[in-house]
Amino acid sequence: MEPIRTFETKTVVLPIENVDTDQIIPARFLKVTSKVGIGAHLFADWRYDGAGQEKSDFILNKPEAKGAAVLVAGDNFGCGSSREHAPWALYDYGFRAIVSTSIADIFKSNSLKNGLLPIVVDKATHAKLLAKPGMDVTVSLEKQTLSLTDGTSVKFDIDPFARYCLMNGQDELDFLLAQKEEIARYEATPR
Amino acid sequence: MTKPRTLFDKLWDSHLVRPQTADTPAVLYIDLHLIHEVTSPQAFTWLRERGLTVRQPARTVATMDHSIPTTPRGADGKFKILDQQAEKQLSQLAQNCQEFGIELFALGSEGQGIVHVIGPELGLTQPGMTIVCGDSHTSTHGAFGALAFGIGTSEVSHVLATQCLLQNRPKTMAITVEGQLRPGVTAKDIILAVIARLGIGGGTGHVIEYRGSAIRALSMEERMTVCNMSIEAGARAGMVAPDDVTFHYLAGRPRAPQGADWDRAVEAWKRLPSDEGATFDREEKFDAAKLEPMITYGTNPGMGIGISAAVPAPENATMEKALGYMGLEAGKPLLGKPIDVVFIGSCTNSRISDLRQAATVFKGRKVSSGVRAMVVPGSQRVKKQAEAEGLDRVFLEAGAEWREAGCSMCIAMNGDQLRPGQYAVSTSNRNFEGRQGAGGRTFLASPLTAAAAAVTGRITDARQLVG
Repeated sequence: MEPIRTFETKTVVLPIENVDTDQIIPARFLKVTSKVGIGAHLFADWRYDGAGQEKSDFILNKPEAKGAAVLVAGDNFGCGSSREHAPWALYDYGFRAIVSTSIADIFKSNSLKNGLLPIVVDKATHAKLLAKPGMDVTVSLEKQTLSLTDGTSVKFDIDPFARYCLMNGQDELDFLLAQKEEIARYEATPR
Repeated sequence: MTKPRTLFDKLWDSHLVRPQTADTPAVLYIDLHLIHEVTSPQAFTWLRERGLTVRQPARTVATMDHSIPTTPRGADGKFKILDQQAEKQLSQLAQNCQEFGIELFALGSEGQGIVHVIGPELGLTQPGMTIVCGDSHTSTHGAFGALAFGIGTSEVSHVLATQCLLQNRPKTMAITVEGQLRPGVTAKDIILAVIARLGIGGGTGHVIEYRGSAIRALSMEERMTVCNMSIEAGARAGMVAPDDVTFHYLAGRPRAPQGADWDRAVEAWKRLPSDEGATFDREEKFDAAKLEPMITYGTNPGMGIGISAAVPAPENATMEKALGYMGLEAGKPLLGKPIDVVFIGSCTNSRISDLRQAATVFKGRKVSSGVRAMVVPGSQRVKKQAEAEGLDRVFLEAGAEWREAGCSMCIAMNGDQLRPGQYAVSTSNRNFEGRQGAGGRTFLASPLTAAAAAVTGRITDARQLVG
């Protein structure tokens, strides 16, 4: 995975609460055995009509949303199914961070393993972002900050180990594999 | 004196390979890993790419459930898989299991079924275990006093390769349900009421322990229904302390300990319940006697009301959007609303006791004209048992479909799906937009309420049909 440090981008705003992973990628697109090209199905039922045509009123289909790498969404983003296809689809489409007032547990864990930053901010910052779709922002994983065009900068929490892996392009599995002696010792201990 | 510990604390402590530090999460040992065709293929690909093996193949068990057809078998006794993508996924699971030495309950085998139905019925699921699966409803297994939670495909690869996961310690929540349920009020109604109070994100970051006299009075299958939907409140897991009900359910199951091993296991399991005086990060209390049959009206499982209540007025844009999608008007009751489809099945409500309950409503009645009613057993074993009891005849004579075991219309990736605009009363766990088919609209409820809707063609209080 590409190491992540700092990036500048604009936002796209989806002001809906409880966006579940069935909306992020409907189950009928889970019949795949790889993750290549999965971004094509991101928000499929919101993005396309029954005939497969883009719905012009959906935010991702508007010209101003093109190229945005930060998705600002309503509270409790990513709830529901554990499908990792959801962060795969968001990443493949081009998103590098999700900003909300809360993010569901499994989605957050899956995102951190795929170069997609789950950023939880306070309500006031969230309201500012919601009010100005397309705002230019800077995300610094190094400083754990999200900086807005009005000059404010908010710090966000992130699991320190996930941050280390993301900044160094490392895989969490390498760390687990390195624990093989402890694991063997645990397995050999009668319980 | 040592600090009193909760059931969760005991499970967490006893599975630590390496404790959490300021820089790294805990390394948690996983006793049982369940896999299925949809969330595992990429994990095996990554193992192959890195030249890794499965550390403990005997601790992983596979089945086929999500993308399989549930249409009755042909005259030759074979399943017809019409979807080529699904077929590829299924054959890849079979190949992966063979290559890495993992036991597979394949389509057509006696042990096949929904992953969260077969684990318990085989006795694979046991108290005191850590159990994971690439499926959010893994919380089901917590009913046995196990720490069980859903994971993503990356984590599936972690468990395959190391039998461990990196985890940060979650918070704990006690949900205490005291008193006696009134007739016609079921385990499904308890959990829908819990989610309605907590909200769909209310349990985020927590592991729930369900306790109290009303929980103790539930059968194992009912406890599974409750724990199953913990994730619908955002909780990491749900659990019930093991007791004699648990031990009685497990005794003699094919993969449960036998003989002297059984006695030793039960002794250890009896030490698992939360100690007197153990504290939780959060506590919620419910009065069982005040609960009504529940039904959802919106597009997430937290949008639930008592069956006779009116649709609440929207408090925000999200709720307005939900009512718009559902085509419902605030202030109006759901009772009497015509429906198109009834789905009885899923890892929430497809076990034998669920089917028996539904059958009490179907018996001697007919599915309302114009309504499609599907009954989908959770496993081949449940199917066989139901047929031995004649339940299949009850469903078929009423005009309902009696299908093969699988996830079916709960996830709608297998051919079983709603048409746009259709209304369904479903015993499954999610009423998200399009969950049961693009444009489909779902009311979640108990098997009793679903069966009552099937025979009346409308949303009905089942207590008016069965006393």
